[in-house]
Amino acid sequence: MLKRVTDWLEDRTGFDSVREFLKHKTVPIHSATVWYYFGGITLFLFVIQVLTGMLLLLYYRPTPGEAFESVQFIVTQVQFGWLVRSIHSWSANLMVLSALIHMFSVFFLKAYRQPRELTWLSGMVLLFLALMFGFSGYLLPWNTLAFFATKVGTDMAGVIPGVGHFVLRFLRGGEEVTGATLTRFFGFHVAVLPGLTTVLLLFHLALVQKWGMSSHQPPGTTVPTMPFFPNFVLRELVGWYGALAVLGSLAALFPWELGTKADPFAAAPRGIHPEWYFLAVFYTLKLIPSKILVFDGEVVGILVFGLGALGWMLMPFWDRRSGGEERHRLLTGLGVFVIAYLVVFSALGYWR
Amino acid sequence: MPNTEPTTGRRGLIRALLRTGFGASLVSFLYPAMKFMMPPPVAESAANQVSAGRADLKPNSARLFRFGSKPALLVRTPAGEMRAFSAVCTHLNCTVQYNDQSHQIWCACHNGQFDLNGKVVAGPPPRPLEQFTVHVQGEEVIVAKG
Repeated sequence: MLKRVTDWLEDRTGFDSVREFLKHKTVPIHSATVWYYFGGITLFLFVIQVLTGMLLLLYYRPTPGEAFESVQFIVTQVQFGWLVRSIHSWSANLMVLSALIHMFSVFFLKAYRQPRELTWLSGMVLLFLALMFGFSGYLLPWNTLAFFATKVGTDMAGVIPGVGHFVLRFLRGGEEVTGATLTRFFGFHVAVLPGLTTVLLLFHLALVQKWGMSSHQPPGTTVPTMPFFPNFVLRELVGWYGALAVLGSLAALFPWELGTKADPFAAAPRGIHPEWYFLAVFYTLKLIPSKILVFDGEVVGILVFGLGALGWMLMPFWDRRSGGEERHRLLTGLGVFVIAYLVVFSALGYWR
Repeated sequence: MPNTEPTTGRRGLIRALLRTGFGASLVSFLYPAMKFMMPPPVAESAANQVSAGRADLKPNSARLFRFGSKPALLVRTPAGEMRAFSAVCTHLNCTVQYNDQSHQIWCACHNGQFDLNGKVVAGPPPRPLEQFTVHVQGEEVIVAKG
């Protein structure tokens, strides 16, 4: 009976070819194999985001009069509400962290080089989308920190020469951060960004399948491999359980705070700072003087950040070597410098 | 049969029609969608002056009040003089507050500091705070632009 069902399904779907494909797919084994797991861990955390986000949607209300109260209701009245919200927030942060580790590992292993330029580019856009998820989701509880973070963040977009004001009005739904902004950010967070991310994620994964893992070994070397299924998948599963253990512990031991309800006519509170992944930019903007030559300091700062991110994103077009084996001391040094800058300035932004 | 597509004649015409048709459809979908995304302009508060509440503010203190759609700050200096400013920091749009220790106006977001004339004394703000004129009418403080 079971055989007849599987045959019937096989006739109509041809899934056997997928099984065949998985049988022959292999993953290289070498000293840096461990870094391969972070892409999968990022994907795992994204799935957790989608699932917990769907649960939160059952109670959340995206209006200034009800947003804060609905989140308060979730964390105080709904059974396991505090846990679901805490997992959603912690997993968002861990996802960004895991995506950053994934990005830097690809960078240092030179795995972005030809023919994987589009894998790198789509990955960078996915990271940008993840940051936008973070930025839009941060406002949704409509608390004081979120309100001012959104004011500052959208104002930064507003200083882009030429299109700044257009972008600012598009993001805010008007000139100021109001209920219109909250409704928009909710729409971005639960519809626009998930849609874009899903399409791009499929593209990214399809490219990873097409080119396989970059082995980071000199040409001519025979690289030992392991079968993708079950060997690599089971190892990856251990990584997922590890991520789940970290996530569960953080969510249970340090439940995400709600803060106080946003008041658009109150002063920015003392010690205000954004999410950790924007801290380095935040602290740098604090240090930049009001005028650099004849230009406003913040405009120069934001433009330099924008151009830096663009340059980083276009890395495979600067470094046009092919294959991951050839070293490039200058680029490796640049990567170390970027990490050092991010770590030091984030720490200073948090504590000073 | 050669696999070249004719660019003239009936096939060429049909292809041109299809392309312009798709193009025009795309524009006719995208244009209203783009326009829809941009919020309609909301009329700025026409009021050139507002009430900033009662005149019972103690010296060396301040309070925030609404001026149209934006926050504003009414300060009573240690010498007892009333002054009012836009409370929107000129750096990145945060809302400023009065610091009664340093007798300055301070923005918690990026540590911008202004004196009691609205002038930048430290930090990243590029411009001074807009200052309003203050009239005390009986018990009430009236703040006006310009």
